[in-house]
Amino acid sequence: MAEWAMVIDLDRCTGCEACVAACRAENNVPTRGEEECAKGRHQSWIRVERYLEGEFPDVRARFIPVLCQHCDNAPCEPVCPVFATYHNPEGLNVQVYNRCVGTRFCANNCPYTVRFFNFFAPAWDEPLNYQLNPDVSVRMSGVMEKCTFCVQRIQKVQGIAKDERRAVRDGEIQPACAQACPAEAIVFGDRSDPESRVSLLGRSGRRFQLLEDLGTQPRVVYLKRDSWEEGRNSEGERRGTSASVK
Amino acid sequence: MERPHPSNRQINEDLLRPILHTSWRFYAATLLLGLSLLAAVLAWSYQIHRGIGVAGIRYPVMWAFYITNFVFWIGISHAGTLISAILRLVNAGWRRPITRCAEAITVFALMVGSMFPIIHLGRPWLFFWLIPYPNERLIWPNFRSPLMWDFMAINTYLIGSVTYLYLPMVPDLAAVRDRSRGLRRKIYSLLALGWQGTATQWNRLERAISIMAVIIVPVAVSVHTIVSWDFAMTLNPMWKSTIFGPYFVVGAIFSGIAALILAMAVLRKILRLEEYLKPLHFDNLGKLLLTMSCLWFYFTFAEYLTVWYNNEPHELVVFRSKVSGRYAPLFWTMMAGNFVIPMILLGIRRLRTITGTAIAAFTVVVAMWLERFLIIVPTLAHPRLPFVRGTYAPTWVEITITVGTVAYFALLYLIFTKLFPIISLWELKEGYRERRARTSLAVPVAAASGAGELRP
Repeated sequence: MAEWAMVIDLDRCTGCEACVAACRAENNVPTRGEEECAKGRHQSWIRVERYLEGEFPDVRARFIPVLCQHCDNAPCEPVCPVFATYHNPEGLNVQVYNRCVGTRFCANNCPYTVRFFNFFAPAWDEPLNYQLNPDVSVRMSGVMEKCTFCVQRIQKVQGIAKDERRAVRDGEIQPACAQACPAEAIVFGDRSDPESRVSLLGRSGRRFQLLEDLGTQPRVVYLKRDSWEEGRNSEGERRGTSASVK
Repeated sequence: MERPHPSNRQINEDLLRPILHTSWRFYAATLLLGLSLLAAVLAWSYQIHRGIGVAGIRYPVMWAFYITNFVFWIGISHAGTLISAILRLVNAGWRRPITRCAEAITVFALMVGSMFPIIHLGRPWLFFWLIPYPNERLIWPNFRSPLMWDFMAINTYLIGSVTYLYLPMVPDLAAVRDRSRGLRRKIYSLLALGWQGTATQWNRLERAISIMAVIIVPVAVSVHTIVSWDFAMTLNPMWKSTIFGPYFVVGAIFSGIAALILAMAVLRKILRLEEYLKPLHFDNLGKLLLTMSCLWFYFTFAEYLTVWYNNEPHELVVFRSKVSGRYAPLFWTMMAGNFVIPMILLGIRRLRTITGTAIAAFTVVVAMWLERFLIIVPTLAHPRLPFVRGTYAPTWVEITITVGTVAYFALLYLIFTKLFPIISLWELKEGYRERRARTSLAVPVAAASGAGELRP
């Protein structure tokens, strides 16, 4: 059985937020309007965190896209009283919207704060309401939602592969964020296949995981940003290592 | 030589008066409290209609006023257990006039508190999914979730404390029955379960009360421990603390005693119970409150000192926001209300009057609410990834519901005092008889008690 995982190369991420826009379009994530967003009611399954380093004028921005880490040891799962969030056999951390009663305990116990609550019934600014994705259910008021690793795309490709009596090919499944990324910073695939791109990239010396010390075992692996200025990264590895395994 | 005790006839007259006679003041108070409750019901209806977003909760502060109220009321509910069960177990004589008002607080605080987890749900109409009922899809609730433990613990405690309130009331219900006519008599006959006051009945009642008193103590301790585990079982900074269990239990008993003192002070004035709720009771409970204040301070000190000394960045952010940041005014108000003011008012004997203890009790109740708020909100406002920090402010919906539920509690209590004697008649009489026997005034048992109203 496949083990879906993701690698995000921070060296390639430019912070353009194409992934954020693509995710919103693919997954029918509602828009809440300026006023509600200011109140902290925005929903964005993937976000690009921006950290500024240094003193003016020598300031550098660092970006890190953060989405549900699909932890193998997910803190959100045991706390749900009604099993609305659970681990599916392929290792995805799944949110069952119909089952969710809205205790919001999962969001509180997520160290990555990537769970989003529908404070109101879903709504979209014109003309976004005309482009809803028919493959993704719309979430009602009072339930939790979050990144699914584009489970609808995974299932679609799995169905096609099954019809053609073959295995899913590496790179055949692309979540919306990975597809939209112009710098190809996001790679998705099956980590149980040692030759897949996620496996190869995931073995890079630049690898790290977000809040690794908590022991949540995230399925998203980040590749540390190279120090472009020195031409070497922190491990002394030459630039372009990650590109060479492609 | 102290003043003679009120006679049994006097006791019956004084304590059954609120039940048998009703003044216009009762109706006025009921109306006022009822209107507040109505406002809360309307606010909640509005929240269900529009979505929980009409409350001030937001990303990342997903829990705020409602959960604060929940923990607060469950804490208040600990009044009954400690005073009643523990004092009954150690056979402290001065407990007699206050056990029932304490037990009633437990039941009503639980009823109010247990509404909040439902009010706070995103889809409250589906709360029954937390009940492990048989269903055709064979879906069970998740017993690994602390919320499930909560659900079980609070239901157990509610059933236990209703039983514990009801049992010692049976002889008094019979007393009301014997003094009323018509429909009222029918209802009280039903409630009195055919109490005749025979030796066998007294014997069984006494055993049942002792068993319940023993059972209810561990149940009460477990309930607030489990409430604390809603927080302590998580990974969040300043929530994942090993001392949260006992810390919450201490805080619960602390706020419970304060609520009891407040309720007694009010009852004493309104129902003219000066003869029964004496300065002695306020003095004793004041000392108990002072002890709990010291214990609370010790736990708080231990909790905050270790966090500060550890110097762990995620925790320190939360710590700073409490002691010197955005939440500092609330934090220091809490410190004053929970420790400094009680220390002065209860620590100095001259100030430990009825008014003094009542004021201290009031500040403790307010400060303990703040304590719950300060445990919940600052942690959620400062998640580990600093990019997503947030703030919280309540909306009118949350405030209306909070005020309305306080009124709801008062209303339940008010109606209770109308329907049942708020001071246990038979326990009081029994206490006076024991005292009289000790001062070797030989009073024949039959003369001292009305038929069956006292233990033979």
